[in-house]
Amino acid sequence: MTMTIEAGVDIRPFQIDIPQGKLDDLRARLNAARLPTKELVPDASQGVQLATLQAVARYWATEYDWRKVESRLNGLPQFKTTIDGLDIHFIHVRSRHKDALPLIITHGWPGSVIEMLDVIGPLTDPTAHGGTEADAFDVVIPSMPGYGFSDQPTELGWSGNKIAQAWAELMTRVGYTRYVAQGGDQGATVTDAMARQAPAGLIGIHLNLLSAFPTSVGAALFGDTFAMGLVKRAIVGVIASRAEKEPEALAGIERTFRAGYIAEMNTKPQTIGYGSMDPLAMAAWILDHDPDSYAKISQAFLDGQTTGGLSRDHVLDNITLYWLTNTSTSAARLYWENFQNIVAALASGQKPPDIKVPTGFTVFPEELFRAPRSWAEKVYPNLTYFNEAPKGGHFAAWEEPQVFTEELRNSFRSVR
Amino acid sequence: MSVTLPNRESAELAGPETIRPFRVDVPQAALDDLRRRIAATRWPDREVDPSQGVRLETIQALARYWATDYDWRSFEARFAALPHFITEIDGVDIHFIHVRSEHEGALPLIVTHGWPGSTVEQLKIIEPLTNPTAHGASAADAFHLVIPSLPGHGFSGKPTETGWDPIRIARAWVELMKRLGYERYVAQGGDWGNAVTEQMALLKPVGLLGIHTNMPATLSPEISKGVQSGAPAPEGLSPEEKKAYEILVHFFATGTGYAGEMGHRPQTLYAIEDSPVGLAAWMLDHDVASYELIERAFVGNPGGLSRDDVLDNVTHYWLTKSGISSARLYWESHLAFFDAKGVEIPVGVTVFPDELYPAPRSWAEKAYPKLIHFNTVDRGGHFAAWEQPELLSKEVRAAFRSLR
Repeated sequence: MTMTIEAGVDIRPFQIDIPQGKLDDLRARLNAARLPTKELVPDASQGVQLATLQAVARYWATEYDWRKVESRLNGLPQFKTTIDGLDIHFIHVRSRHKDALPLIITHGWPGSVIEMLDVIGPLTDPTAHGGTEADAFDVVIPSMPGYGFSDQPTELGWSGNKIAQAWAELMTRVGYTRYVAQGGDQGATVTDAMARQAPAGLIGIHLNLLSAFPTSVGAALFGDTFAMGLVKRAIVGVIASRAEKEPEALAGIERTFRAGYIAEMNTKPQTIGYGSMDPLAMAAWILDHDPDSYAKISQAFLDGQTTGGLSRDHVLDNITLYWLTNTSTSAARLYWENFQNIVAALASGQKPPDIKVPTGFTVFPEELFRAPRSWAEKVYPNLTYFNEAPKGGHFAAWEEPQVFTEELRNSFRSVR
Repeated sequence: MSVTLPNRESAELAGPETIRPFRVDVPQAALDDLRRRIAATRWPDREVDPSQGVRLETIQALARYWATDYDWRSFEARFAALPHFITEIDGVDIHFIHVRSEHEGALPLIVTHGWPGSTVEQLKIIEPLTNPTAHGASAADAFHLVIPSLPGHGFSGKPTETGWDPIRIARAWVELMKRLGYERYVAQGGDWGNAVTEQMALLKPVGLLGIHTNMPATLSPEISKGVQSGAPAPEGLSPEEKKAYEILVHFFATGTGYAGEMGHRPQTLYAIEDSPVGLAAWMLDHDVASYELIERAFVGNPGGLSRDDVLDNVTHYWLTKSGISSARLYWESHLAFFDAKGVEIPVGVTVFPDELYPAPRSWAEKAYPKLIHFNTVDRGGHFAAWEQPELLSKEVRAAFRSLR
């Protein structure tokens, strides 16, 4: 029903239909993979371990079934609409409850809308998931440009800021005049940017990563000492000088910025793109996001022990989506775009606009770093909600959908 | 011919330190498989900006040529005609090319390649250095040449334990020269080759008379800190120093992504092991100047490197499965690339203008108190021996003349 209402001139219903040839080709490529010698260390300190990747390859080429997630996605109301020249793919599920609060959730890298599938039920249908009618949300879950079934930008400029503008347009287009926004990882960058742009209608945000780093967080935390220069190294340097204050969180940030993938995607997304045109190599690049999620995923493949929602199938649903849509390179370009923005912002010396809307923040304990409340308060002066969740890591919605849902309910209760 | 050994003990005695001749012979199936993989390449869409990495058009031109006209066998014939050897040092098989000059008084020289290079980079200097009279120089300029493959690179063995950093490699090179019977010799390198050569110099082994570098490490602690944090140039730098400083700031801000990934997560680069085009792209994107040089070769305007040069080297990496094992050297090393290390023995420096940074003479003088040669040449970049073999040969001759 929702489909007929929304399928107007601007918004078209969308269904996924991957030709069998593509799935056969994927299997053939997996079987033809050429692998390096085993890493020289007994742990993950040299990167994705050979045994893990071999287990991924084995399961992916044999038991894994893409068609399951394809039908699951097709069971949801999916749409496309053209914004600023690009087709934006999104899932839009309305709650049956009248006063549901519209919510736009933005995924990150190396995620996709697949991260969010298990929170759709609890958010839109709270009474079936331990909540009350007053907790209901209408959810809009877009694929970022260059990700999944959204178009890949062919022009420069699609940074988090521009995506934020597109999301405000998207919410207007689907008819929402009062809504909230949520994100982690790159989704937090987009959500933070939306709040700074303050479109009419946006009444609050919730974040699960202090990801506006380094521009706004850096400026708020470190003030004038946050000088020009190589972003990564500047941050590490500044962090080292402040390490006595919040040693654990700062060490987490330092670890994050030591990860090579950020620098490579910030500067040369196209170069790593060519190698990622092989499925197993792409999977390795995606699995190596952060030590916690890597360890969880590795365990799922090697020992069959699943942590939260990070099952073998879920992990491969996401990776296979990247593969089938051929988006590993275009997704990496978002880092390049955001890096250009950061460099330009640092060069201009201008502070980003303040955020006025109520802001909620949840620290998931296994996230890249556990942001202390004091940091969140500095960056978000109107911090109306702050909580440390009992469990969960970087892919909060994916790993712990119920905890994530409760955090959103609690965080947005005051703005309804 | 197999040799029957009397018993196990003598086999072991003859074992590790033996220098065995080595023949390069790649099975046809490996070449067929390579072509198949190139033809099966799936492509990303075109870059949105040329600064985003290797351009689609360039890598597609490379792949087209690689899968059709490129002939590994023609390279292999030349390469295999050289005297190749393998000897086990410190548990790893070390492959090396060893060409002795016919001139009696030739000076032994060990030349070390870097990344993404290999012994393939050094082939063009073999003739000019070992046979100088045929290349406009005199018999007194002759060298005996030793050109090893770094562990994990090319036909050398791949370490199966950690610890093979440039310091350990330097020790192995000293052992190699000793094993070859050289009691007075010199060493040369750029890139990792410079790191290894400088570490040899720091070991001050008996017999090492001096070194020559085409990628000198000259930064003082203050300059090093400044360029890495992107701080404005300090007061009082000469114009030459200021230029080098600014180039280094830019390099550290935008040019080290590949090194960061290889330094922290080499094993994650399955892409360069699994996909020939992925490997080629990764190797092409070393530095802006060499990338542009290589790009010109593939769009029909070659400079110092031809299409075949580039693909000989990439194919050599592919066939020896050196992608990840070579990347591990970045993980192993804890040495800053450009920081002065306190080398006390004689050093010759040649600055090639398109190198990662043009080292000023003033910095070289401080970094190398026994600077016996310093020259800035008018052309060439990061792969000096490969791009400008005659020029590098001239520089090496001039640098070491006083040490003979």
